[in-house]
Amino acid sequence: MSRFLDSVARCRWALPALVSAGFAFVVACEFFPILNDYSKVVLITVGINIILCASLNLVNGYMGEFSVGHAGFMALGAYASALMTIKWLPASFFELPMGVLFGGVVAALIGFPLALLSFKTRGDYLAIITLAFLMIVKSAIENISYLGGPRGMTPPVLTTLPWTFFWVVVTLWVIRNLVYSKFGRAITAIREDEIAANAMGVRVREAKILAFVTSSFFGGVAGALYAQVNFFIDPKSFDIVKSTEILVMVYLGGIASLGGSIIGAVIFTILLQVLQPLGTWRMVILPLILVLLMLFRPRGIMGMRELPWFVPARELFKRLRP
Amino acid sequence: MSALLEIDHLTKRFGGLCAISNCDVKVEAGHTHGIIGPNGAGKTTLFNLITGIYKPTEGHIRFRGESISGLRPGRIALKGVGRTFQNIRLLKSQTVLENVRIAFDSQLHYSPLEAMLRVNRFGRDETKSVAACLELLDPFGLADHAHDLAGDLPYGSQRKLEIARALALKPDLLLLDEPAAGMNTGETSDLTTFLRWVKEHYRVTLVLIEHHMHLVMNLCDRITVLDFGKTIADGTPDEIRANPRVIEAYLGGEGDE
Repeated sequence: MSRFLDSVARCRWALPALVSAGFAFVVACEFFPILNDYSKVVLITVGINIILCASLNLVNGYMGEFSVGHAGFMALGAYASALMTIKWLPASFFELPMGVLFGGVVAALIGFPLALLSFKTRGDYLAIITLAFLMIVKSAIENISYLGGPRGMTPPVLTTLPWTFFWVVVTLWVIRNLVYSKFGRAITAIREDEIAANAMGVRVREAKILAFVTSSFFGGVAGALYAQVNFFIDPKSFDIVKSTEILVMVYLGGIASLGGSIIGAVIFTILLQVLQPLGTWRMVILPLILVLLMLFRPRGIMGMRELPWFVPARELFKRLRP
Repeated sequence: MSALLEIDHLTKRFGGLCAISNCDVKVEAGHTHGIIGPNGAGKTTLFNLITGIYKPTEGHIRFRGESISGLRPGRIALKGVGRTFQNIRLLKSQTVLENVRIAFDSQLHYSPLEAMLRVNRFGRDETKSVAACLELLDPFGLADHAHDLAGDLPYGSQRKLEIARALALKPDLLLLDEPAAGMNTGETSDLTTFLRWVKEHYRVTLVLIEHHMHLVMNLCDRITVLDFGKTIADGTPDEIRANPRVIEAYLGGEGDE
């Protein structure tokens, strides 16, 4: 059995085939009544969470920093795209892609100064700075009446399953490419030993900026998709609880692993739905799962390992890590 | 001929402690230069100052006639200063090949966008990098272990890997911090031959901190002796051997020992 799984894992055409099949399926769902609306929203949420999880993994996993501000980038993307779709753009096919792209760009622009802060401080201190960033974003939005203040905004429902699927594929592909390049190696070197990285000629600042900006771009993309699902966004949707959820997914799936990010996002989202009947109690059970996970598998399900599907052929000689 | 590395009246204070005081060192291109001195003499501090980990309190460091004092460590490395560390600093959970590749990456010029989209120079550069790094590992006897984790290598191989990694930067100056630490006499004499080969083959200028006198005296063209952060002697191995201040610093003055 395990040999069979191994050969599947090493099969180079399996991933493109799966992606094509997945795309065909989500497009079919748009035209035929295969799934009900509830299942569609759950699947879209899974997709958004995969984007969030993979993009935060770039900073918290591959680079080994600890950012708790990811919900802030989500908020920036959500509000930027909502402005596009509600106020600035006429309704058309391009409304959503333009809005999402704009959301990502706005988040990336704000992500840049945060990268500058990470030159000076790491670990706990950077966590506090990103927490402050999150609170600033939230209270800024609450106090700008153009953005609806605490009452929030009501963007049109535009996010479809195919668009979500498209952005999931783009996110994973781009982050995968970045990770298996000199920039990814630089980011990993910074995590392992910044002094050694410096001595090896790693451009530490450039690498950090690139990781933070890319991560915030996709955080913004996820926020933009999220904004056009729920009819409604308000500043409270992007507080520390949201950031914590993303962190849970990242550490559940495993740090420095895209396969892990997918697994983490899927398990977390599905679990949240399955435990719905328990009401408030699920907020007791989920953290408990996290505690148990940290005790028995501190690196998460796929921590520091990668699904061979995501490893470029050129790098496949690399041993699968224990 | 002007010196490859010139250190001029260099001083480094940590609070009240003066780790390096008014130190002068001149390293000629193509030489092997030894830095010796008792424990705590400031040898490693000197390396950390040259590579930019510490900023000098006073004084200047010039590399190829250009001031490098105060530059960020990454910049200095890219100017052609490679180094190894006394307490080996490999990326232990990365493979041997990856350790070398990270240093070799300074020679790859593709942009972030080319990397994200895997277009243009990206593929060519990456293929070139893997081939070049495997080739680099070969004379170090590490090519067969390219895919092992660096942390799993035996101690001697880890030291060699650190040298290989520093060479992947294509440096003009290679700083070796106690390359023979923890080696026995046989291994040390192998290392002497090996370093000589490295110097010829890669055309680097070597500066090494070392306690194995045999290795230093055999290998170095010039030696600087530090004690309490000061240069107390500078000269050829023969001059150093005969210098009474050196003997005093090492053995304690006034016939204490």
